[in-house]
Formats: sequence, C-alpha cells, structure tokens
Amino acid sequence: MEQAIKIDTDNQQENSAAIKIEKKITAAIDIKNTTKVYGENTASAMVALDEVSLTINDNEFFTLLGPSGCGKTTLLRLIAGFEQPTKGEIMLFGSHLEGLPPHKRSVNTVFQQYSLFPHMTVAQNIAFGLEMLGKSKGEVNRSVSEVLALVQMEHLAQRKTDQLSGGQQQRVALARALAPHPKVLLLDEPLSALDFKLRKEMQIELKRLQNETGITFIFVTHDQEEALTMSDRIAVLQDGHIMQVGTPHEIYNHPTRRFVADFIGDINILEGELIDKDKTHGKVKLACGIEVEASLPAQSENLNKKVSVAVRPEQLSIGQVNEAGHLTGVISNLIYFGSGSHIDVTFDNGERVTVRQQSNNNGKQDFLINDAVSICFSADSFQILTD
Amino acid sequence: MVDIKALSRWSSFKKDKLVDLKYQPGFSQIAWFCMVVLYAPIVVLVVFSFNENRSVTTWTQFSWDWYIKAWHNEGIQSASLMSLEVATISAILATLMATMAALVTTRTQPYAGMNSAITIINQPLMVPEIVTAVATLIFFAAIRKVTGITGVGYLIAAHTCFCIPFAYMPIKARLEDMNLNLEHAAADLYASPLQAFRRVTLPLLMPGIVSGAMLAFIVSIDDVVISLFVAGPGETTLPLFILGQIRRGVTPEVNAVATVFLLISVILVTIIFLVGKNKK
Repeated sequence: MEQAIKIDTDNQQENSAAIKIEKKITAAIDIKNTTKVYGENTASAMVALDEVSLTINDNEFFTLLGPSGCGKTTLLRLIAGFEQPTKGEIMLFGSHLEGLPPHKRSVNTVFQQYSLFPHMTVAQNIAFGLEMLGKSKGEVNRSVSEVLALVQMEHLAQRKTDQLSGGQQQRVALARALAPHPKVLLLDEPLSALDFKLRKEMQIELKRLQNETGITFIFVTHDQEEALTMSDRIAVLQDGHIMQVGTPHEIYNHPTRRFVADFIGDINILEGELIDKDKTHGKVKLACGIEVEASLPAQSENLNKKVSVAVRPEQLSIGQVNEAGHLTGVISNLIYFGSGSHIDVTFDNGERVTVRQQSNNNGKQDFLINDAVSICFSADSFQILTD
Repeated sequence: MVDIKALSRWSSFKKDKLVDLKYQPGFSQIAWFCMVVLYAPIVVLVVFSFNENRSVTTWTQFSWDWYIKAWHNEGIQSASLMSLEVATISAILATLMATMAALVTTRTQPYAGMNSAITIINQPLMVPEIVTAVATLIFFAAIRKVTGITGVGYLIAAHTCFCIPFAYMPIKARLEDMNLNLEHAAADLYASPLQAFRRVTLPLLMPGIVSGAMLAFIVSIDDVVISLFVAGPGETTLPLFILGQIRRGVTPEVNAVATVFLLISVILVTIIFLVGKNKK
C-alpha cells in the first residue's frame, strides 16, 4: 500500500518475467463457509449467499459471473465491508476482516454508477483516498498525476465530474480506486453503463491496468463474454451458491454443471445412460443411439445412471450419411451467417443438436433442409454434467 | 380500416394536452383569478406605502415620507432589532437541530419508532398554533417561577421549536435525494464516518441547509401568535409592534414597514429557489 504505482516501461518486460518466476501463489482473499442472510429473523429473510468458500489468488483477474440476484454483488459488498457476513469469515492476505469497517480495509471499489464526488474536480476525486490515508501533499500530487497518466486523463484533471462523458467518468472512477494502491480492487459491473464499442475498449484497458499494477482485481459481471475475455479465473454463481470455479478455458470447454453449461455460450445437452466409468472419463450410451466417451466432473461419486452430456456446436461437424459409429439425423433447420452455418439436426428419438459448420470454400451450398446426415466429433468433446 | 395516423395523433394529443393540467379548459382563467385575489391586497398595501397623504385609501401624491418616518421611529427600530435577533438565533439553532434530526431519520437503519420521531419533529406543523402558544406560555411561566430566570431566551426557545420542521423538510429532502453510494465511496476510500460527513455529505447537503435556515428565518420573523403569548415586556418583535400600531389606527407608516418586510421575504425566497435550482 505504501509503494506508489510504478510503471517503468523499460523494465516492464523483465519485471513481469521476474514476477512470473517468483510468483508463489498466495491467497489475496480467502472466503470460508460464508453465509449472508438479509432481513434475518423476519418473514422476508432472504439467503443471498449460502456457505460459500472461495480463494482468490494474489495478482489475479478474478471474475464473479452470474445472473442478477445470484449473490455476486453481495459477495463484493462483504469483501468491501458494506455488509457483514451472517456466518463464516473472510481473510485479506491472511488477516481477518471480521468487524472491520470499510474505511479500515485496504480494498477499493469501482462502483456500478461510478459514484464520483460531484462537488470535486477529477484531481480532487482521485486525491481523496490518498488524503484520507494521511499522505503528504507532495506524495498525493505525485500519485494523482501518475494515476491520471495511467488512465490517460491528464488533460481533464481540473474538470468537474459532471462535465465528463460516461467513458471518462469510468476512467476517473478507476483512477480514484487505484490511486491508494489497494491490495484488492473490487469492480461492480463497471462496464454495464457503457455502449458496446466503449465496453470493448475498457475491457482491454482493464486487463492492461491489472497487468501493469499487479493488483488483484475482483470483477463482477453478468456478461459471460466479458468474463471469458478478461479473466484469469471465473467463479460462476447461482442462487447464492458457487457452481464452478475455473479458468475461462475450463469453464467454457468443461462445464461440470447443467447451469454453467447453459449460462455460458451455446451448448447442446443430450440425455443418456452412464454404463462405465474410470477416474476421469465415463462411457455414456446416448438416448439418440450411440455410445460416447465423456469427461467426468470432479465430484462424480454420486452420479446417477441417467446423466446429461454437453457438447459445444463448434465441436461437432456434419459428415456424409452412414459413416460408421456416428450419429445420424435429418437437418431440420439451417441458419447461414457467412463464415459458417448453424445447422439443427434432429435424431430419430426427437432430440436435436445444433452444429456450427464452417463454410467450405467452393462457394456452393453443401446442405439442405431434410437432408439425412451424420455428425462427426472428436474425442473429448463431450462433458458429463451434474445438476 | 383503422386510421393509424389519426390514432397516434390522438394518443400523443392525449399525452401532451389532456392529461396536463395546464391544458384543462378554464385553467388559466382560474389561475389568474387566484393570483389577483392573493396579490391585489399586497399591491394596494405597497402602493399606499408611497402615498403622501395620511389616508390609506385615497391616493394623492408619491413620496418616501412614510419610509423615512418609519426609519426614525424608535419603536420600529427596537422592534426590528428584536425580531432580527430572535429570528437569527432561532434559525441557526433550529437548522442545527433539524440537520441532526434529518441525518438520524435518513442515515440510520430504520428503527422502531422512527416514524413517530418524524411525526414529533413535524408536530408544530400539525398542532394549531394557538394550542402550542398557550401550552408554551404555561410551561415557561412554571419554569420562570421555579428558576427565577427571565429574558429573551424563552422567546428564542419557542421560536426555535416551531422553526425546526421548516428547516427539517428541505434538509431531509436533500439527504434523501443524495446518492448513498457517495458516502459508501468515501468510506471505501478510507474516510472515517466523521471525515466522510465533513468532506462529502456536508458540502453536498449545504444547499438544503441554506434553504432550511432561510425558511426558518422567514417563519420566525413572521410569527405573531406564539410571540404574542411568550414575549415578555421589552421583547416586542416587529409583527407585535405593527399589531399594536394598528389598534391605534392604521397609518401608511405600517404599510412602509410591511413593504420592507415583503421585500426581505421575496429576496430570501428567491435565494432559496436559486440555491436549490443551481446545485441540483
């Protein structure tokens, strides 16, 4: 916290390399069995978080992803100290946060509506946290101009905040939260008020800021694409429970729960019977006819015989009919979008899958509705889901 | 075939005109009538304050005589000073208390009895003034008898009480309008509750506090009923002095004093309006 934000472009490469080597994974935030009930002991008691445990590593871009009302903002407010947990504990770099008011936690928040102080200039807004920490005037001024440069807002330092555009306000809010160099930066859906193009820019910008400052970012969003683009790791939440934690790659390619599979991207879910399994894979006889190998989720002990199996449309492709061992069906719908097509194939038992087929380069249309086709897939495309 | 254009014209007409009170037939006539009834007597009063004649009904010639006479009238002088003293001190005290009351009723977790607290704060608005006046008179008489303390403090205390709800309303409205996240942001940026209040809440609350103080000032300087009951000898406020004068027959001197009063009120109300408008 004492050290000012340092951006030394010459040494940056070496620094980040050095950090990578000596990067021992330490927990920035450790949440243990935390429950939050709003309106406890009243008729309208609402469980926002239910026995949540989560570890967020130092220097990580961590995203809490979920639909509205899943508890992601509550979790953020618990870390910031605006709410106290009903049960459980939260640690910040190994020290307990219990009972500490927000102003005694070295955690800063970027609020959804920015919440810039309207009676102060941009520079005064950014200086606020540093002044409250009792920094000397020189130190405050130096940090303010450093952070202003970091978010490319030097030219607007003396503006009042209501004279700024949405994107500029966003940058000031970021600068204000970064200036005191917090141990952890919390971001509560900060991009949701921006238009599409600005949002894309800010996504890259946020990722850059996280890399340059080395501060742990905890980012809350309901936008799955945003989460996949920016995060080192993602926790998917639903109804106050964590459904899955993993890298964007793991979350996208190996969803372990039906909710996660459904929530992120397009996916086909097929029903089947588990007929055999080893540690990592299971053999599933699909209701639509064939047997496939599918990855097992981590907690697979309690799996029923009846299971759901997920496969992404882009992991499937259309082949000629009657290739041995393949799924066969009839094309029931076809949506062409230039670089490829979404092809719906219906099987004999009425189940349907969507295939994302790349366009071939001979310029001719390959498939027509009602064509009988077979579906090809590579090994490791299927994933067994739990509920 | 339905004429879509006509329909949409009708619906936009409905939205813009019919629902808007300004476009109800006869609205402007009624408004003008009310304005005349309300302000004609005041206009007459102002006009005759400039009458050279002693009469308050027959106009002869323009003059500043009555203003000059009023200015040199010792009774008016001392009553004005008394009014200013009482109104200034009461307005400051009432605003202080109203600010604290507004903070407690908007910035704490809702607690049992909060609505009762708000009702008690606003009580002077709801109880007939004469009741408060009589009750205060008896209560203060009892205190005076027990302690033997006399002085203008009683009058100031009474004024402070009935000024509180007037100061409370704009301050509370301002606090309710204010985004709570701003105070959260201050706390998040290491400001203790006191620092957050001083650096963020108070500066943003200032327009409400100024409006509240001015309203309290006007209400205090304007009061007759409670002052009449509570004011002791030598504590004649300006309204009480005017009341006394009128009993002995109205002269344009009273018109002149009333006009000055009116001017002060108008200026203060304009300031309240501008402050509220600019800082929003």
